Amino acid sequence: MANVNTEGSGGGGKHGKKRAKKGSVYLDMTPMVDLAFLLITFFMLATTLSKPKTTELIYPKELDKDDTTKTKLADELAFILLLGEEDEHVFYYTGKFKPDTTVMIQTNFSKDGLRKILFDKNKRINDQVVKLRELFDSKQVDEEVYKEEYSRIVGDSLAPFVIIKTIEKSKWKNVINAMDELNITNVKKRAIQDMAESEDIALRQRIAELGL
Amino acid sequence: MPKVKLPKGAPALDMTPMVDLGFLLVTFFMLTAKFRAPEPVMVDTPSSTSNEPLPEKVMMVTVDTDGRVFWDMSGKDARAQMIKDMMVTHTELQLGEKDIERFSVMGPIGQPITKLAEYIRADERLRTQMDATTEGIPTDSLNNELADWITAGYGGFARDQDAKGVTIEMMTEDRDLRLSYGIKADGDTDYEKVEKVIDIFRKKEIYIFNMVTDFEAFDSDAAGSVE
Repeated sequence: MANVNTEGSGGGGKHGKKRAKKGSVYLDMTPMVDLAFLLITFFMLATTLSKPKTTELIYPKELDKDDTTKTKLADELAFILLLGEEDEHVFYYTGKFKPDTTVMIQTNFSKDGLRKILFDKNKRINDQVVKLRELFDSKQVDEEVYKEEYSRIVGDSLAPFVIIKTIEKSKWKNVINAMDELNITNVKKRAIQDMAESEDIALRQRIAELGL
Repeated sequence: MPKVKLPKGAPALDMTPMVDLGFLLVTFFMLTAKFRAPEPVMVDTPSSTSNEPLPEKVMMVTVDTDGRVFWDMSGKDARAQMIKDMMVTHTELQLGEKDIERFSVMGPIGQPITKLAEYIRADERLRTQMDATTEGIPTDSLNNELADWITAGYGGFARDQDAKGVTIEMMTEDRDLRLSYGIKADGDTDYEKVEKVIDIFRKKEIYIFNMVTDFEAFDSDAAGSVE
């Protein structure tokens, strides 16, 4: 591995005097480099992997759950998402809940499920956001303006309002999934509520009907 | 014309600069790498498309699938401050200087106050055992210890910031100086159990939460949303 350049060194002279060896020491550094890069790779991967990500979630101030009269909500803007016990139990309806006539439609968290529905429902706003995003990407507006405009667009008074309704046994991941879909589709008007008993009953019936 | 002579044997390459650079990088990553403290409870967080990293200063409440609640906060000094508050609220909690020191570098806590002193003094093996058998921090309305942890946690954080000369004005301007509230729950946890924790926070007038999620990329044909 390591060798010493002995060329032209040593004795051999007439006097046979011993001289200190001259020349440089060559060291094979390959294994050392191997090790170094192995460590680099490890630490590089370890550093980035241990950083968890977060989704910000803002809850309303009122703790009183029965007080729904405060939020005056136009029925045609309401989009109610119902999360049941199982992962497949994802249903929605629009407008006001009427026990006899409201039909709960099943959906899911795939690309063509809830996301597509919300994109269509929020089309006018999404189109504006896309335009704004283009302006931002081509550096015609700066970040501050972008953020301001963005919150103005998504806060439109005619934007759909999504209410996520849960039962006690709804799974956390489905709540996060639903929130995530809302983020993707730029629906910023949203709330999480406990399901009313009448809705719970209707949901159970619907699930039984579909044989889920 | 003389023939071009090809050098014989293996070409020698001076690797010294490469090694220098290599070790420089190794040193850098070794020093900057922060390893996650061993967690007393395993939770499999749900995935989301959010790519926002978790804030530095965070009070984290973990809820596992059984609904057990664990409390954690970053910052050694803030923790040392907050546990003193806890000793005032809960006089049965008697801790010495050494215990406080140990507590300040500990990971998530999932013990009721009555068992906290024992937990802090325990060795690693016993602690793992206690973590496995604990019921978590009590959150019942009659014995709501989590609320005390939150209050003391915020108090400890605020006094520590004060001691470090961070004013409220600086905190309003710079988000990194403020305390964030994280909720880390397993994807299969019942929403009811997470909601219970969130409601305790809301009673303390805390409404903005950072939900810990795993990053999952999605095809971005979707409209751009603010990161």
